[in-house]
Amino acid sequence: MTCARAACLIAAAAVAPALAQAPQKVDASKSYIRFVSKQMNVPVEGRFRRFEGTVAFDPAKPEATRAELEIDLASIDLGNEEGETEARRPLWFDVARFPRARFVTSSVRAVGAGKYEASGALTIKGITRDVAAPLTLTESAGLRIVEGQLPIKRLQFKVGEGHWSDIETVADEVVVRFRFTIPATR
Amino acid sequence: MTGRSEAYGSAAIAMHWATALLIVGDFAFGLYFIDLPLSPQKLRYFAWHKWAGALVLLTGAGLLAARWLRAPPSLPASMPHWEKRLSRLTQVILYLLLVLAPLSGWLYSSAAGFQTVLFGVLPIPDVVGRDRGLAEALRTLHRGINYTLAAVVAIHALAALKHRFVDRDEVLAYMLPFLRKP
Repeated sequence: MTCARAACLIAAAAVAPALAQAPQKVDASKSYIRFVSKQMNVPVEGRFRRFEGTVAFDPAKPEATRAELEIDLASIDLGNEEGETEARRPLWFDVARFPRARFVTSSVRAVGAGKYEASGALTIKGITRDVAAPLTLTESAGLRIVEGQLPIKRLQFKVGEGHWSDIETVADEVVVRFRFTIPATR
Repeated sequence: MTGRSEAYGSAAIAMHWATALLIVGDFAFGLYFIDLPLSPQKLRYFAWHKWAGALVLLTGAGLLAARWLRAPPSLPASMPHWEKRLSRLTQVILYLLLVLAPLSGWLYSSAAGFQTVLFGVLPIPDVVGRDRGLAEALRTLHRGINYTLAAVVAIHALAALKHRFVDRDEVLAYMLPFLRKP
């Protein structure tokens, strides 16, 4: 019967990813997403307090890695209320319309021992761009720690519009530094 | 009165008026821009405000050095003892606040996450880390110190005017030699 074949296909589809690698939840308490931008040549640091992600990673098949990440942009921490309020407004992240930024991997390839190059699609404020970041992977005490940094141009995502697009006061380049901790599985 | 002259030296006079301009100007400027909505212009104003504050430390130190190199003129013998003491006390408090005002601003800025980079080129290290609670406290302290400074500056200026128009002595002319009676 065709019905039986369909059921079999569905079962196979459900089992196949599990065999490859089950997605692991990022442990946010042992992870961070920080960024540094320059204001009038002065480095100013910030971070996002809330984000969540899943990573399906098999050291034997890094190219099959699938990672997804969502960042709650309203959780921005700049160390001062005035800056944070401004960052949530329409000219910056416009969190009322675009509450989350999203990153989805498209490919991961090994470039050396514990070193990888990840690329994927980053969506901020409804604008999606392909980005690539070098990663390092370390394992200790049953945890996998992925670290890396990603320089992005804020104006490509319309982060800081209108008078804020003046890059003399707030530079276009923002370096995002991140660390994600996931349970190690074999 | 041996070794004492009838006016401050020209270095002390220059430093005094430079300091006066800077603190009156930067105080008024701070009052004006602090409640503006955040904008690139406001970020620039913050930087200028901090640079002017750093200059106050320099001119204030210059003024102290000039006083030390050449003793200030002595106060008129006609002044009552308590007035002389009050005058000295006011000046000591002024010097203290001249240091504390920029210092508290610098610490506040560091605690709020903004390093001070003089004229955009010379980084002043942060001695306190980013800390929201500390930033709030330092902001209140910076404001308190500057309102106190404004009050003491007003007393200092009113006293100088009293010397000129009530006591009709030469004390104001110590700092403004062109006022000196022939």
